[in-house]
Amino acid sequence: MHISPVLWQFLVRWLTNSALFPPEASAISPYMDAFYFFLCAISAVGLIAVGILVFGFSIMYRKEKNPVATHIEGSTLLEATWTIIPLALFMICFVWGALLYFRIYDPPTNAMNIYIVGKQWMWKAEHPGGQHEIDSLHIPINRQVQLTMISMDVFHSFSIPAFRVKREVIPGRYSTVWFEATATGTYHLFCTQYCGTDHSAMIGEIVAMTPEDYQKWASGSTSGASLAQNGERLFASLGCNSCHSGAATARGPNLAQVYGSQLQLADGSTVTANDAFLRESILNPSTRVTAGYAPIMPTYQGQVSEEGLIDLVEYIKNLNSNYRIQQTLTTSQLSTGQAGASTSGSGSNSPAMSGPAKAGRTAPSVPGTVNQ
Amino acid sequence: MSTIVTLPDQETAQLPKLNYLNNGYGLKSWLLTGDHKRIAMLYLFSITFFFFIGGAFAGLIRLELLTPLPDLVASDTYNKLFTMHGVIMIFLFLVPSVPATVGNFVIPIMVGAKDLAFPKINLLSWYLYIAGACFLVFSLINGGVDTGWTFTTPLSTHYLNTHVMTAAMGVFIAGFSSIFTGLNFIVTIHRMRCPGMTWFRLPLFCWSNYAASILMVLGTPVLAITLVLVMLERTIGIGVFDPTKGGDPLLFQHLFWFYSHPAVYIMILPGMGVISEVISTFARKRVFGYTAVAFSSVAIAVFGFFVWAHHMFIMGVSNYSALVFSLLTMLVAVPSAIKIFNWAATLYKGSITFETPMLYAFGFMGLFTIGGLTGVFLGSLGMDIHLTETYFIVAHFHFVMVGGMLMAYLSGVHFWWPKMTGRMYPESMSQLSAVTTFIGFILTFFPQFIVGYLGMPRRYHAYPPEFQVLNVLSTAGATVLGIGYLLPMLYMPWSLKYGKIAGSNPWQATGLEWETQSPPLTENFVDIPIMDHEAYDYEWLAHKTAHEVTTVG
Repeated sequence: MHISPVLWQFLVRWLTNSALFPPEASAISPYMDAFYFFLCAISAVGLIAVGILVFGFSIMYRKEKNPVATHIEGSTLLEATWTIIPLALFMICFVWGALLYFRIYDPPTNAMNIYIVGKQWMWKAEHPGGQHEIDSLHIPINRQVQLTMISMDVFHSFSIPAFRVKREVIPGRYSTVWFEATATGTYHLFCTQYCGTDHSAMIGEIVAMTPEDYQKWASGSTSGASLAQNGERLFASLGCNSCHSGAATARGPNLAQVYGSQLQLADGSTVTANDAFLRESILNPSTRVTAGYAPIMPTYQGQVSEEGLIDLVEYIKNLNSNYRIQQTLTTSQLSTGQAGASTSGSGSNSPAMSGPAKAGRTAPSVPGTVNQ
Repeated sequence: MSTIVTLPDQETAQLPKLNYLNNGYGLKSWLLTGDHKRIAMLYLFSITFFFFIGGAFAGLIRLELLTPLPDLVASDTYNKLFTMHGVIMIFLFLVPSVPATVGNFVIPIMVGAKDLAFPKINLLSWYLYIAGACFLVFSLINGGVDTGWTFTTPLSTHYLNTHVMTAAMGVFIAGFSSIFTGLNFIVTIHRMRCPGMTWFRLPLFCWSNYAASILMVLGTPVLAITLVLVMLERTIGIGVFDPTKGGDPLLFQHLFWFYSHPAVYIMILPGMGVISEVISTFARKRVFGYTAVAFSSVAIAVFGFFVWAHHMFIMGVSNYSALVFSLLTMLVAVPSAIKIFNWAATLYKGSITFETPMLYAFGFMGLFTIGGLTGVFLGSLGMDIHLTETYFIVAHFHFVMVGGMLMAYLSGVHFWWPKMTGRMYPESMSQLSAVTTFIGFILTFFPQFIVGYLGMPRRYHAYPPEFQVLNVLSTAGATVLGIGYLLPMLYMPWSLKYGKIAGSNPWQATGLEWETQSPPLTENFVDIPIMDHEAYDYEWLAHKTAHEVTTVG
């Protein structure tokens, strides 16, 4: 029989592009696929059981064969059987699924962190080393990579089928997802949450590279300033250092090594200072005030872009001492006199030397007036 | 024996001189009627109309997806197509399908009442439906809406310039139609059962509609509130969902799914009721485990309210709340499994015939089993991460809603058509359409499970070329499915004039609705019937027909 060439082409293309499964390219993929096989198997068993009953009875008790029906009321034993067996199977699915879920969503402690900003209709990736990408993400294989993601507008969803991971990207809130790629290659990145006109164009590629290639790529495509360096400049230009100077008498809490620590709040509760807490504390400081400090910090809502917030968070995360903050303050004191021509964030690689003059000690507590 | 008037047998049957159809002519007699049967007919026409509009959109969607490139329509148009397809199919077809059409017609007769408890509210609910539909049609004609049927914020409130307000208003109004129908059913089933009709003599169709009615009455107001909040957010920016004003966009999803998950059971439960009636009738046997089936409906309704967050497993809800919702989701799957096995067991030692309603019911059982089992995939937390928001989910809910619910609806319409119109449709044609629908359905939606596991996201206008084969299969299946749905549009109207006269009980079924004439009188019964036997008592029926004196009523 003649197969039309168009159909033939379809079949070949389909069969050569992993007809039934996406590539298994992450550490979690084999676990996901194993569970999928199990679910398919119990579905097949269930379907075959129902099929045998329906077709079997239809043939055995069709009217020609069995002209008179026998009255049967029901059977508690049978009811119990087909309550308990499906329930047991579903419970296995529940436990297995829950284990998998926790394995996928529990963040690893030692992962490399990359920030993702979603907006209609593009993905921006920001590597801590200062590499910025749009609609693509380069990652090394055999290394745990955690993404901290936020949306600038509507709900998006970051999905990499080959890695079997997906997470909603939410406006106004960080969400995280992690994976460990195991095979080099280029994989699909999809936005899977409907986000408006060009939803289906909000796609990109994940480039998984060997660690050596990744190093080469990273050093070749950095913008020159790391996120933390950008954050340091922003920290100084917004005048954050005037209160968060780390000095014993400072009006804001000491930020050095604050990341990851347990904080006692003014209302008595404790929180872990994570990315989401840091971001929230910049935007809405008065909602969660650290114990011992007055709620005097103004809100920065609408004044710092999501990228700027990421820079600040990344800066605070890596802040191990207050040495450079105090250096900045000293420098700006010295330069108060010739402040007029201050160039805020002039692009110098040593922010300690270029802190804007406005944040001097004499006019400290009105960061809201700082020019943008 | 009771005062039930016995009517002519099918062979000697004639159309009764007086029935609800010829009791008054003209538009006014229909538009101002309080008769539940006429209102059911009004619903039947309206939902069929909207089914084919929604179906046309589905056809265009499948046509666009024939090729990976966005070449048939613009992206905005595509987004409007799937939005309007979803909104129309869910709110204007599936939700009112079995309850408002079939249920409206047969429930009062099944319980032995003259009408529903509140005939005028029943009519009002049809007018509300039409008013809601008018808003939706208005938004459609003016350029449509592209929020997706879920109206997700902040997309719907801040980022779209289409007719979100009109469409949301339409759904809001249509919701009240559903509330009133549910209210009417609850009161009717509680208060208007005829003498001897105890709860456990009720046909299972009444039980499942009763369970669905509770969901309608308790769930739909939450949808109404949510839509009002969306409208307020969009017009005056109250900031309930807007994070920059301290609102929470996830709150919208909680509220929306609090209705929209139970809505799935609003749609499927009445369909399950149809299947119980049909399987029992054509197997000539009482439904196996009547009480188990009855209570599983109620269990589905109760559990159905506590599983909404399984739509949000990847949204950053707490891992532990996800655990709870996953567990409850597994529990709600159990009553569905109980029903399927009870229906299968009903066939055991039956005397089975394969008329059209039975074929549709078998179709339902197969497709609903697949739909339900794939629901377990999605309820399993880890698996949901990979599968949600892909074509797997599209396939899953189409198996349940179309493969399950629409099959049940067509089964019900074919089953009660002789009662509604007094005439039979051509059996071979209708059997052909049942088989065509089944094959077309499998072809259309089964490939979508595979393409979903491969990772193709839903609501994509363009897609990577390696997904094309499966999409071509799906589109090919959709044409077959379309033919399957169009066939009844040919032979059903034909049967109105040329069909064989049905007689009062063409299937030899047992419900009270089969003891009155076809089509029934305006107030259903000549005398108030007395229920003196269990539901699905075919021995009683055989006994009765053996001794009855055929009188012409």
